[in-house]
Parts: sequence; C-alpha cells; structure tokens
Amino acid sequence: MQFFIEVLVGGLLSGVMYALVALGFVLIYKASGVFNFAQGAMVFFAALTFVGFQEVLPGWLGLEADSSVVFWLAFLLAFIAMIVLGIATERIVLRPLVNQPHITLFMATIGLTYVVEGLAQMTWGANVRGLDLGIVDEPIAWLMDNYEIGVSKFDLFAAGVAASLVALLALLFQYTKVGRALRAVADDHQAALSIGIPLQTIWRVVWAVAGFVALVAGMIWGARNGVQFALTFTALKALPVLILGGFTSVPGAIVGGLIIGASEKLAEVYVGPFVGGGIEGWFPYMLALAFLLVRPEGLFGEKHIDRV
Amino acid sequence: MLYREAGQFKATYAEDSQIFPIRQDKIGFWVLMLVFGVAVPLLTNEYWLKAILIPVLIFSLAAIGLNILTGYAGQLSLGSAAFMAVGAFAAYNFILRIEGMPFLVALVLAGLTAAAVGILFGLPSLRIKGFYLAVATLAAQFFIVWALVKFPWFSNNSSSGVVTAQDVTILGYTFATPEAKYVLTFLIVSFMALLAKNMVRSSTGRAWMAVRDMDVAAQVIGFRLMRTKLLAFAVSSFYCGVAGALYAYTYIGTVEPEGFNLDLSFKILFMIIIGGVGSIMGSFLGAAFIVLLPIFLDNVVPVIFGDSLGAGFVSNFQLIVFGGLIIFFLIVEPHGLARLWQIAKEKLRLWPFPH
Repeated sequence: MQFFIEVLVGGLLSGVMYALVALGFVLIYKASGVFNFAQGAMVFFAALTFVGFQEVLPGWLGLEADSSVVFWLAFLLAFIAMIVLGIATERIVLRPLVNQPHITLFMATIGLTYVVEGLAQMTWGANVRGLDLGIVDEPIAWLMDNYEIGVSKFDLFAAGVAASLVALLALLFQYTKVGRALRAVADDHQAALSIGIPLQTIWRVVWAVAGFVALVAGMIWGARNGVQFALTFTALKALPVLILGGFTSVPGAIVGGLIIGASEKLAEVYVGPFVGGGIEGWFPYMLALAFLLVRPEGLFGEKHIDRV
Repeated sequence: MLYREAGQFKATYAEDSQIFPIRQDKIGFWVLMLVFGVAVPLLTNEYWLKAILIPVLIFSLAAIGLNILTGYAGQLSLGSAAFMAVGAFAAYNFILRIEGMPFLVALVLAGLTAAAVGILFGLPSLRIKGFYLAVATLAAQFFIVWALVKFPWFSNNSSSGVVTAQDVTILGYTFATPEAKYVLTFLIVSFMALLAKNMVRSSTGRAWMAVRDMDVAAQVIGFRLMRTKLLAFAVSSFYCGVAGALYAYTYIGTVEPEGFNLDLSFKILFMIIIGGVGSIMGSFLGAAFIVLLPIFLDNVVPVIFGDSLGAGFVSNFQLIVFGGLIIFFLIVEPHGLARLWQIAKEKLRLWPFPH
C-alpha cells in the first residue's frame, strides 16, 4: 500500500510538470486557435537561455556565480528573450498566415519548432547543462519517518509553482482588462475585432505569457533532468494531457496532467512487467485515445456541434 | 508558343478523361519516364542512385500515401513512419518465414499488413477530428515502434530489433547492383503513383474529397463516412507500408524500428506541405526537395561560411533553414510546389502573348 501511494504521488507530481507544459499550449490555442507545436521547443529555448545567461552574467558583471542577483537577472533576461521570440513569431509567422486553415498554422509551428531549436543551440551550444534551483531532490523527512512514504521535496515544490502559476493566470484572465480582452478574442475573433480589441496586441501578449509559462516549465524540467535537447520531447508528453483535458481548458490541462502522470507511472509499475516494460512512451497516448472514444472533446473541452 | 492546346479536340469520353489531355503533356510525361527509367540508371554514378534517386522515389511513395490520407481525405496523420515500419518488418518476416516467398508477393502482403494496422488506428477517426486525431495517430507512432523493439519475434530475435534485408530476387534474377535496385524501385513507384492518380480521380477519390471538405455534409448527401475514412486509412497505410518495405530492401538494407521515428513522420508531412497537399505530383516534388535540401546545405554552408564553424553549427544552421523554409513556403504558397507548376503551365499557354 505504501508503495502504491508512493508511486501514485510521484506520478501525480510529475503530472503537474506535464501540466505546466500543456498550459502554454492551452493559452495560445484559446486566444488564437493556433495549435502551437513549438511549445516544447520554447521550453527548451527558455531553459537554455536562462542557463546560458547564468553562465555568462558573472563574467560580465563581476559577480559571484551563485548570487541571487545573477539568478533573477538571468530570469529577467530569459523572460525578455521569450517576449522577443513571441513578438517575432506573431510578426513573422502568424500575421502573414491570418485566415489560413488551422492545419496550415499548425504546420507552420512545426517549422517554427526547428527554427527555435536550431537558434537555441546555435546561440548557447548543445552541451547538457545542470540547472540548480536550490531545492534538493530528496524525500521529505517527516513523511518518511512517520508513514514511510517517500515524496520528493522537489516534486512538491514543482507542484507549488504550478499551482501558483495557475492561480496567477486565473486572476489575470478574470480580473484584468487584458484578461477580459483575451477571453473575448478566445470566444470570437471577429466579434472581438469589431468592438475594437486589437487582435495583434492580444496575440503578442498571449505569446509572451506562453513564453513565461515555458520559462517556468523549462526551469523546473531543467533542474530535474538537466537542460538538454531531450527537453523538447516533454512537449510530446503534453499532447495526450491536452487531448485528455480539452484544448481550451486551463483546469483541463491541470487535471489531464494529473491523470496522465499518475496513470503512466502506475501502468509502468503494475502493467509494465507483463509486457517487457518501457510502456511509459506510449501508454499516455493510448489512454487519451481510449478516453477520446468516449468523450471526443476531452474532459473540459467545448462540445463541438457540426452544422452544414 | 510550343505549349498550346489549340487544335486538339476530344471526340470521346475516354479522351476527355485522360490523365494528360494535352499532347505536349503526354510527350513530356513519356520523355520524363524515359529519362528517369532508362537514361538515368545508365548515365549516373552509384552515389546519385543510392543517396538521392532511390530515396526520393521511396519517399515519394510514402508521401503519396500520406497525401491520400491528409491531402485528399483530410485526416491529419503524424504516424506515417510507423506504417512504413510495419511494411518493412512485415516484408522481412514474410520472406524469412515462408519458404520460397516471391518478393513482389511479399511486398503486396507487407502493404496489406500495414493497411490492416492502418484500419485499426484509423478507427478513432470515426469519433474524433482535427488535432485530436493528429495526436491520436501519435499513439500509433509510439506504440508500433515500441512493439517492434520489445517483441523480438518481429526481428527474428536480433538485438535491439535490427534486421538485415534479404536479397531481392524476382524470377531467379537477383537485384544486387544499385542500377537494378533503382529500376525496380522506379517501376514499382511509377505503377503505384499511376494507380493513386486514377484512384483520386475516381468516385473513391471524390468521396474522400467530399469528406475532407465537410464530413457532415458528405454524410448528409449519402457518403458512408466509416467506409470512406477507413478506406483512406487503409490505402494510405498500404502505400506507406510498401514504401517502408522498399526503404528496407532497395535503399538502406539494414533497418531498425527506431529509424522509423517521429522525425521521419514529420519529414513525410513536410514533403506533402512543400510539394502540395492534395496532389500526386506534389508528392514527388516535395520528396525531391526534402531529400535534396540537406545535401545542398551540407555542400553550400561550409563554402559560404568557411570550414571553421564546425559540424554543430552546420547542423543547427540546417535546422533553422529547414524550419524557415517550411514557414516561408506556407506563407508564400500554401498549395506548394505543385501549384507553382500549375501557374507556370497557365502562363506557358499564353506565352509569348500577353493575353
């Protein structure tokens, strides 16, 4: 039983990290109807930029490498880089493709993936780098002593970050002027345009916010597994999370992430041995597929009614 | 001046529904066939055949397969490489396990196996659409590759699933030289391309296009959605499966499941985007473009920037150019190279007069 709980909690917490990546997808899809395949590349780009600045800043400013000034300055600079990337994407890729079919935009973001990956590695090099957030990846002593359940401090921290990020986004969406405009655009582009909401500004804001989410996700994933090219694959894991939760729902991304994270770990531990292991790679997709057969629009997606 | 259809009258329905109704096109087509079928294998060297022409042909076939599914029937798929893997490993097992199995029969059986798997993974398309379906096809991609690695039976117990293709023998003749392999590939691909061209011009193809344009409307006017969609999945997977078998037998020789990864699926997707979604000829143009581009960049980038940059820079630069070109194509010509060719033809009909 303890082992089961341990696996379950570990899965739930890693699901939170999937949800973080999925969140970026949902934001962009909601606001612009673009299925942004480049989100994974953005996570990689953000993490690499952050680590890169962390490396070069002490030399430039003459500071200690582990001072908090360097940390926050690198964070700020990486965020600015993500904003620039978002604005450039809007200007160069999305604006000329307005009114094209969704599939065209989707394929354009696959192209964008290659550009962003190439750009990131060209600027900062392709070495695997460590990223230290100052939180050790070890079990919480209190839980270990009293219940003999190992829950990593780091995972808990990641969950906390994800929760506060979602809360922040919810506040932004619900109570600010920009948030209202965002929701209006998500509802209906043309109606939003007709009452004077500047569509392009909104898109830039959304891409910047998605860039911020990518930065946070990249830092947490990077601290976990090292900043390396494999980070881009985490985006692929976010896809079943998305279809499970529905493309348009922020809570869906979180719940979907939890379900995928928990079930993939449980399946790996309890079903994996019977078929030779390594089923983590495809199990989430099969789960999402089976789920879609019952609810084609995902858990929280909007029900789509076809009209001729 | 030369490309003019004046004076070419069509007196029968058969003449009216030809693939190439204009005489100049017909001549051009046969010239192309002669050049690529006879002149090229006689004149080019081994490098060109092995590294460029054979892969272009094989990827063209895979691109036709994906084009049938995505371009004609409108079902976005990100799993075409997996169906190629099914074809490659099915052909290997048929030839290995059945004594005296003829190569061409094995090829067809490999295609049929891929088609069966394709139908299985096409079933969700009856319920889900668009991006949801695209993600669902990723399940096929990951699951099939995993299964081929995990179950050693598929690769005859070789380590990590690597298999070496047997000799290709038809009626006692062994296709061993690159020239022979090229001609064989060329014949098979041309035949299947012709078949595909006729299929998309027939009632089957029209049903696919109706479903692509709006499936609810297609259903209302009486197309059976299930049949049409699953047929698209089956035919598409058949083409990808045959392409995969050829990939193993006439191109690479030694394949492993991991070689048919998501990157390859994306590559095939790019071929149809750049070549032209919903165009058989576009599949060939796109495949040629995607195969030639990295070779071109490999040769050009060091010349422009000097050798001092190192392999890492070149490969990253390639990534950027590759992605940039895809975006560029989508913006400038969403209908791909095939559309450019059509525009050129229309211009040619008037040339050199302005109207």
